Amino acid sequence: MSGRPALADLVVGQELARRTVAVDRARLVRYAGSSGDFNPIHWNQRVAESVGLPGVIAHGMWTMGAAAAVVVDWAGDPGAVVDYQTRFTRPVPVPDPGHAEVEVVATVGAVDAEAGTVRVDLAVTLEGARVLGKAQAVVRLS
Amino acid sequence: MAVDTTFAGRVYPPGDVYVVSREKIREFAEATGATHPAHTDAAAARALGHPDVVAPPTFAVVIAQRTEAAYVDDPAAGVDFSRVVHADERFTHRRPLHAGDRVVPTLHVDAVTLRGGLAMVTTRVEIADEAGEPVATVVSTLAVRPEEDA
Repeated sequence: MSGRPALADLVVGQELARRTVAVDRARLVRYAGSSGDFNPIHWNQRVAESVGLPGVIAHGMWTMGAAAAVVVDWAGDPGAVVDYQTRFTRPVPVPDPGHAEVEVVATVGAVDAEAGTVRVDLAVTLEGARVLGKAQAVVRLS
Repeated sequence: MAVDTTFAGRVYPPGDVYVVSREKIREFAEATGATHPAHTDAAAARALGHPDVVAPPTFAVVIAQRTEAAYVDDPAAGVDFSRVVHADERFTHRRPLHAGDRVVPTLHVDAVTLRGGLAMVTTRVEIADEAGEPVATVVSTLAVRPEEDA
């Protein structure tokens, strides 16, 4: 497949991709089923409130996965992501009815020409506030 | 029931073989909005040099979380899931997972520390193929709030 990005073209700080992703309760149920993470705080309002949450919140791993898709689409190959990490700094409450909108912005954090990799830094926000901290994907390019 | 710090350093016996399937990759990709064709179209994956459809970078969490259950679901460990918050997660891939892979996960409890009432629990799942070749590492930290905390 052609059109994959080249390491030599990248500059630290450069924006690579930007996407707004909508998440509703149905999506959380879908994620629960596909991942096997059935913690009820991700689909049951009563349970979520009983443990002190504002309501049902997204799986942190859903948010991390949705942000990964932005990197994969930019990189052009899901196998190019060799390392991917984040901290979960703030919950993403998901209303019902309605949905939450998470914005993902990917920029070049660092280029390692010797290793042939780029560190992509991800700013992932909900209504302007970061929900992931130190979200970084290391991508192998040629 | 407090989190038992003596679990730190524990290594569990290798888990059951996990067989990566096209349909599981498809479900997981759809749930996370991962629309790259290599997740669902074997021809697109092969064009990139992969033997079959490729899992998204965070797919290994499916294998890791079921493996972590041996620890977090053990009542003696004291990890009460109603008081758990996911603190961080990291995936390191020696190679991507793809459909047809048969992999074996091994669970390590790397750290159990108490920090101002919070218990921080770090697990590591080493995923290898059946020959023992490393495929991926998944490191996850959970924060467990104290019982009386509202």
